[in-house]
Amino acid sequence: MSIPPPIAMLAELTHRCPLACPYCSNPVDLLKKDAELDTETWARAFGQAADMGVLQLHLSGGEPASREDIVELTQAAHDAGLYTNLITSGIGLTPRRLDALEAAGLDHVQLSMQGTTADLADWIGGYKGGFDRKLKVAQELKTRGIPLTLNAVMHRHNLDDLDRTIQMAVDLGARRMEVACVQFHGWATQNRGMLLPTREQAEATKQKVAEAAERLKGIMAFDFVPPDYYADYPKACMGGWGSAGLNIAPDGSVLPCHSAQMIPHLTFDKISDKPLAEIWYNSPAFNAYRGDDWMPDTCKSCDRKEIDLGGCRCQALMIAGDAAKMDPVCSKSPDHGRIQEMLDQAMSGEQTAFTYRRIGGAGS
Amino acid sequence: MSLEIAPHERPYLPRGVRLAQDRVRAQTVLLAPEKAVALDMIGEAILTRVNGVDSLDEIVTDLATTFDAPRDQIAADVQRFLQGLRARVFLRVHP
Repeated sequence: MSIPPPIAMLAELTHRCPLACPYCSNPVDLLKKDAELDTETWARAFGQAADMGVLQLHLSGGEPASREDIVELTQAAHDAGLYTNLITSGIGLTPRRLDALEAAGLDHVQLSMQGTTADLADWIGGYKGGFDRKLKVAQELKTRGIPLTLNAVMHRHNLDDLDRTIQMAVDLGARRMEVACVQFHGWATQNRGMLLPTREQAEATKQKVAEAAERLKGIMAFDFVPPDYYADYPKACMGGWGSAGLNIAPDGSVLPCHSAQMIPHLTFDKISDKPLAEIWYNSPAFNAYRGDDWMPDTCKSCDRKEIDLGGCRCQALMIAGDAAKMDPVCSKSPDHGRIQEMLDQAMSGEQTAFTYRRIGGAGS
Repeated sequence: MSLEIAPHERPYLPRGVRLAQDRVRAQTVLLAPEKAVALDMIGEAILTRVNGVDSLDEIVTDLATTFDAPRDQIAADVQRFLQGLRARVFLRVHP
């Protein structure tokens, strides 16, 4: 099997973040500042990534603006020839910092949106005053003409507000909108009971997004991540394991996806120890679920194999107990019944408060 | 909005969208927010002529001359290609 070079890299620069969103995809065991890579090591990683074919670099976190060297890092990525995308809550992006980021060659900003009102957004983000600050940043981005994607993470408590969220993205001049229904990894697994949408919401969302995408052609483009617990077939997670993209965690661990570290039998190399290309092409962790050798027979012989690419390995581990089993979202999976049980449990109303994302453990 | 580009309109790549050489895969790509589109020779020939100054009409004439191809067919191909990009906001036009 020939291994293609990666096209996109997610650099999780830090786990620090002023927000505490209960669906954060970061692991529950968050890293502290003293575990983070230094500027030079990141810059070297960006250069190696560009040399091996990465075109798109997503500067993310946590909140990437929590890094004091975010401007230097952006400059280093730009100098390496990468398309630079800052994935941010907006908190910490002062006009002076935006001046410096623009001068450093920042190409694009993806701004998260927790809700359309301060009450809703600040409750979900766990950060009072966050919504007002975010809107100020959004206005500043619009005035400067910095290309903007609005990323609305959707779940039971804001899906009914989707039409207004879309209108807000248009008003803020976003060219692109991600309607990303919460995927249950990291902190979201602590909050299924609060976050899982109802079946009616899931259906309505699909229709609303399709209608808005048609209506707003040429004004705003959409990417839609459906709530996969209601799907018949699994998502093509990461476009296939070790196929298109990779992540680097704040401590330099190089990962096939942001939650891969939950798979206990895999060992992940660090960028400070080995060249990126060696890790991508030769490490056992990146080769573990490439191609179809690892697949259960049902997947191997399935005519959707090239569409779903076996689904999500972390989800298989979490719900079916083994990362090499079928993604239980698939209706052909022997563990598919667990999904319905989880939906039933989530709808039973047992969980009544968010478990917020905090460094140092799950606290509310 | 209609995606149709009028002959006098001048298409351009908005900020955040640009052509780049992908050395590793030996191809030209269009880089846009969180997307990369591989271009074939035709796509590249069209987009290297998109500069916000030349009108659609002028771009089509240039291509028809350069490739010695029927103007109507080129016009239809260019219109379809650019509309596809315009739908995704990878391309805008000056009136």
